Amino acid sequence: MTAATTSQAPVWTAGDVVLVAEDVSKVYGGTHALRGVDFSARAGAVTAVFGENGAGKSTLMKILAGVERPTTGSLHVFGEEVAFASPVEAVERGVVIIHQELNLCPNLSVTDNVFLGRELRRRGAVDEGAERTAAIALLERLEERIDPSAPVGDLRLGQQQVVEIARAISLEARVLIMDEPTSALSNAEVEVLFRVIRELTSAGVAIVYISHHLEEALEIADDVVVLRDGALVAEAKAADVDLAWVVANMVGRNPDDLYPELGAEKGEVLLEVRGVSVADPANPGRLAVADLDLTVHAGEIVCLYGLMGAGRTELLEALAGRLPVSAGAVLVDGEDLTTATIGQRIDRGLALVPEDRQRDGLVQTMTVGDNMSLASIRSYLRGAFVSNPAEAKAVKRTISDVTVKTSGPGAPIGSLSGGNQQKVVIGKILLTEPRVLLLDEPTRGIDVGAKADIFTLMAAQARAGLAVLFATSELGEALNASDRVLVLHRGRVVREFDPRTTSKEDLMAASDDAASPEPADDTDGASA
Amino acid sequence: MNPVPQPAERPAWSLRLGDALLELRAFIALAVIVVIFASLSDTFLTGSNMITMTRHVAVNAILALGMLLVILTGGIDLSVGSIVGLSGIVAGVLLQGWEIPSFNVILYPQVWAVVVVSLVVGTVVGAINGVLITRFKVAPFIATLGMLYVARGTALLISNGATFPRLGGAPELGNTGFRWLGTGRVIGVPVSIWIMVVFAVAIWVLIRKMPFGRWLYATGGNERAASLSGVPVRTVTLRVYMISGLCAAMVGLIIASELTSAAPQTGETFELNAIAAVVIGGASLAGGRGTVRGALVGAFVIGFLSDGLVMVGVSTFWQVVIKGAVIVLAVMLDQGQQRLKRSRAAAAAAATVRHDGPPSRTSTPVAA
Repeated sequence: MTAATTSQAPVWTAGDVVLVAEDVSKVYGGTHALRGVDFSARAGAVTAVFGENGAGKSTLMKILAGVERPTTGSLHVFGEEVAFASPVEAVERGVVIIHQELNLCPNLSVTDNVFLGRELRRRGAVDEGAERTAAIALLERLEERIDPSAPVGDLRLGQQQVVEIARAISLEARVLIMDEPTSALSNAEVEVLFRVIRELTSAGVAIVYISHHLEEALEIADDVVVLRDGALVAEAKAADVDLAWVVANMVGRNPDDLYPELGAEKGEVLLEVRGVSVADPANPGRLAVADLDLTVHAGEIVCLYGLMGAGRTELLEALAGRLPVSAGAVLVDGEDLTTATIGQRIDRGLALVPEDRQRDGLVQTMTVGDNMSLASIRSYLRGAFVSNPAEAKAVKRTISDVTVKTSGPGAPIGSLSGGNQQKVVIGKILLTEPRVLLLDEPTRGIDVGAKADIFTLMAAQARAGLAVLFATSELGEALNASDRVLVLHRGRVVREFDPRTTSKEDLMAASDDAASPEPADDTDGASA
Repeated sequence: MNPVPQPAERPAWSLRLGDALLELRAFIALAVIVVIFASLSDTFLTGSNMITMTRHVAVNAILALGMLLVILTGGIDLSVGSIVGLSGIVAGVLLQGWEIPSFNVILYPQVWAVVVVSLVVGTVVGAINGVLITRFKVAPFIATLGMLYVARGTALLISNGATFPRLGGAPELGNTGFRWLGTGRVIGVPVSIWIMVVFAVAIWVLIRKMPFGRWLYATGGNERAASLSGVPVRTVTLRVYMISGLCAAMVGLIIASELTSAAPQTGETFELNAIAAVVIGGASLAGGRGTVRGALVGAFVIGFLSDGLVMVGVSTFWQVVIKGAVIVLAVMLDQGQQRLKRSRAAAAAAATVRHDGPPSRTSTPVAA
């Protein structure tokens, strides 16, 4: 195209479209993460990208930043068609991404991190003085008082974010992509971030901003696009739209359609948790769950609502036997399972559908059928041997029960979409005939249709007399898919709600209230 | 049949043929080796040579079967060569007469007892590996590397570095018959080949027909998911190293019996041949992938290649180079196949993007 140079080109002024993705599709295994997306970002403006988990936001950002290559479609940066082979090439064109999980080396200093991989040199050696001067100047521009020689691991998460931004600025980013930059920040830190963003846009940087905090993102955005099921379904000026528009386009249908009828008959107490404490596996000096009590009755669906780090996952993993309980007791139908192994708990009807299905739920080298029968393989024995017909029958039945879309039990598990993989994990657990069903973020990263299926499944299990306990960080799920909501904060149940009489605002306030006194103790910073 | 639209330009049969060739590459390699050496040497294809070569293969194949289980869990067992030596020495001590100075007696156990004790010793050494790995969280590479030295050193200590000759036993002591393991024949086929067949069938049944096998593949494929599914991951891992130790001890007995002598150095670098056989057979060192058939074919490829090279007079030094190249080539082919599978799945899915259209698009704001 034109002879636009890769260095700072003055021809590009605020408002010009500087980044274009044309008809971009991306396929992972058998899953479409993106379908024919046309996306653009303007210099000097913040483009907010909205979408539910699994809508394709992160995939699109990875493609823009050269982390992933599109299966089809093209990218244009500053008028030139580009095919990034790596993030390094994207950086050379001025496109920089700040990932949700920060890419910093905690053992290195702030300065070292800012210049990592392109250290300033003098006669071949690292010019520490020049690096330090430059780092101080960058941090001053960001108005953050951070010691440039401090190890990044010692900084609060908000400060680490600033270090990432300083690094991006030092790369002369002209398109800066921020994936969930506020998810770990306190309110004060968000304000600092927004100030920095405005400073960058006034300098002509194009910002692409992804966040689950919709209101926050609308506040900072100039342009808005919404992704759903991998497609770009709506775009508008931020000034022309409101939160309801964003939500309506994200969900794509009446949100209430997602959720099934609840209200199964409540029976005996099936799960009883008495004063349970669980040490934080990442930081053994801290309790992830502290002296927690709860009960779940047969036929009841109880939701554990809480922010990241509230202790949801630790509690569920301790109940399932993955983490040791350091105090208290876990009882299923009156039987003490506090010290039982995972296998014994599964035999007694206590089983977990884990949060991260790739890491904890599925064996990628096995087929759909083998994954499904893994936890219940001993129920298909004839003598010492696995009875193939019995196993095949159970697997076939469950595939249809949990509505997995697959070419058959022999298909590789990787050929399934995220939602169907999750259904396989749930099917595996249901085949163990549980009485207490634990689910940790069961709808993470799956499409809307599969979400509805999973809530329907949960409701059906409750009607069949199971006690269901699930964790979520999504307000809509907490209020619409449960009979009772427990708000978890710092490992404790701080409030209990009846979802029929509770608004989203109430629930958000309960978890936010609890979260606001943050700088109270310094052990909490890393866990936020 | 209904006409099915083909996304790829290449005809379907050629894709399938390519797949089949890759899938059967170890068999094909074996066939190529047989054809080449048969054309270069008149004696290669004779029945007696086949039996001789298979006897050589059996030793490595039995080790490879144990190693396969270990590799399926994502581990590695470097100690099997040393266990071969140790088990032979234990058998040697017992057959020559076990002096117990404090009682001033010499024990001459029955041959069956000698065999059992040697196998138990190998299994116990494997169990120590397993405990180090599962209880003390020592990486399998390190734990079995340590055991490689310890077991070898123990064999040297027991034998004082010397070889035990003449393990045939004496009729008056009632301990004859040990030679049968290495030199006997049943229906014209050497006993060691029968042992390989029995081990192969037993391990195939174990990993294809019993829950243990499913647990094994799951442990190697994703240990975290396996343990959350109630799989006793530690027990599975422990058992696997015990079985590997048992296989190695069996090989130690076969070799001692074939030579009717036991040397403490027996089995050095055998672990590498076993690993190579498993890998040539398509197993993944990351765990979760591999078959009994593959490990056996891998052992045959290595064995026939070595013997064939000797028969056609290739220099020993070239033999080593060729063996190494074959191992790497096999793994390269395997990686190629994995990549092909992935990219084809992606291409097939990409081809369907246009068919199930994206959700409808709104460019104007929906009513607030």
